[in-house]
Amino acid sequence: MKILVVDDEQDITTLFQQRFRREIREGVFEFSFKYSGEEALAFLQEHEHEAILILSDINMPGMSGLELLRRIRLNAPLPPPIIMMITAYGDKDNYDQAMRLGANDFLNKPLDFNSLKEKLITLQ
Amino acid sequence: MEPNVMDIITKTLITVGVMKYLRNYLETSVRLPQWDIILKYAWVGVLILIGLATAFSINIINDKFYYLLLFIVAYIIYQSRDYRSARLLMVAVSPMLAFVILNDSLKFLTPQFYQSYNSFFSFAESFTIFWLLGFGIYAQKQNKREKLQKIKDDEERRLLEAQKNELEFLVSERTAEITKQKEELESTLAKLKATQDQLIQSEKLASLGELTAGIAHEIQNPLNFVNNFAELSVELVKELNDEITKNTIDKDLIENLMHDLTQNQEKINHHGKRASSIVKGMLEHSRKSTGVKEPTDINALADEYLRLSYHGLRAKDKDFNATMETHFETPLSKVEVIPQDMGRVLLNLINNAFYAVSQKAKTLRSLSAEQQIENNRELYEPTVTVSTRYLAPPLGLKGAGCVEIRVKDNGIGMPDSVKAKVFQPFFTTKPTGQGTGLGLSISYDIVTKGHGGTLEVNTKEGEYTEFIIKLP
Repeated sequence: MKILVVDDEQDITTLFQQRFRREIREGVFEFSFKYSGEEALAFLQEHEHEAILILSDINMPGMSGLELLRRIRLNAPLPPPIIMMITAYGDKDNYDQAMRLGANDFLNKPLDFNSLKEKLITLQ
Repeated sequence: MEPNVMDIITKTLITVGVMKYLRNYLETSVRLPQWDIILKYAWVGVLILIGLATAFSINIINDKFYYLLLFIVAYIIYQSRDYRSARLLMVAVSPMLAFVILNDSLKFLTPQFYQSYNSFFSFAESFTIFWLLGFGIYAQKQNKREKLQKIKDDEERRLLEAQKNELEFLVSERTAEITKQKEELESTLAKLKATQDQLIQSEKLASLGELTAGIAHEIQNPLNFVNNFAELSVELVKELNDEITKNTIDKDLIENLMHDLTQNQEKINHHGKRASSIVKGMLEHSRKSTGVKEPTDINALADEYLRLSYHGLRAKDKDFNATMETHFETPLSKVEVIPQDMGRVLLNLINNAFYAVSQKAKTLRSLSAEQQIENNRELYEPTVTVSTRYLAPPLGLKGAGCVEIRVKDNGIGMPDSVKAKVFQPFFTTKPTGQGTGLGLSISYDIVTKGHGGTLEVNTKEGEYTEFIIKLP
């Protein structure tokens, strides 16, 4: 399964690579990392139909995760990717807005990697 | 004896009359008190003198009595010569005096001559008598008039004196009032200064409050990494343990694990430092200014406050979003500033910049969906730019040049009316309760008074605002 992770914190790459070390080695998940909404949009345009799951941070400089979500849903690529929003500010406002814009899930920072892993495996 | 008695009485009465006149006219009781008593009782002396002279037939005293009286009167008038009116009396008496002396000396020295001009001398005698009487009366009247005038003048002077006193009283009363007001104003000023200090402190706390959420976010992120990498490291060590207990050791895997482990320790260290530097910055900001200038890396200071401010606003307003741009000149020589104070200035300016772009974004967002698409909502990118550069002194001028910091936003801008008042204390465009109206005025004081620099603003309503700090 191809997963796109969008976060302005670059070390998130190392973190995911280690957390999903076995899955990556076994080819269960294939991760791509982008550090801003703009980069993510550009990547999605180049690799249409590839990423089927997007994990995006909400608070990023420049284009926010919610804006990214809105634009992806606006373009409506096929098949529609699963989009999970991640944020340190897990308040109701953020949650409602994410859901209204068409997010499939809403995760709080710090990420619980074990439950995330379970979720991803079920989705597969 | 009969005529003698009459003579004595006449002379005494004349003495009484003349003395009374003199005492009255010359005001001897006031001017010449030692003479007054003599004049007052002169008639007694005269009475005794004439009485004795008559009794012992010393004719010369009787004959020359009037001469004597005349000389005494002249002498008294002469004594009073300082008194202006006395001179008039002197004029009255002089001809008589001159005549008497001339008359008698001629009579004595050249009797023939005197005899031949006898009629002339009698005429002169009557003239001097009339002159004396006439002038005496005139002088008396004149004197009376002058005295009245004097009384009147005195009255006026008294009146003036009274008015003067009244005025002086009013003036002193007014002065006391003004002094009291001055003291009141001074105490009010002291109170105001104390209040100002409190306000400055509370404005600082307010700006720190705005930062709290940003700081929490800024610290939470590195802490998450620290936790994650620590957990991962434990797992890696477990894997390593498992591997080395195996019979056949996969050296590549061990190397791989060791590499990751090292990397994780570095990440933990890095994010730990990141968190601690944020805490340090926060403490720096909340601490009372040391007032001590020290060489400071302006780029680092600006960058720190830019991020703190961004996350602070971000935490408060979910919809808020902006691009941060930095154009830092590197290397930039360190500048002697009070870091806490200059940090406040940067924080104020950057907070304002983010506020301006978020206001503009809100306005655009409140337009209807269609307008949004037509309008340039898609195109509007809220951007806050912080740039630094070194400005060399103008050619031909010696000096160290200065460092310029620009904080620019593409937000709502300001109309001229706002721009004019932007550095005034308590002036704010924010809704009540959201701004103290002190941020920029304090910033202005810090830059100009505290650091001898300048703080200027360029703006265009609806387009941009740019604050320029120049530090020597």
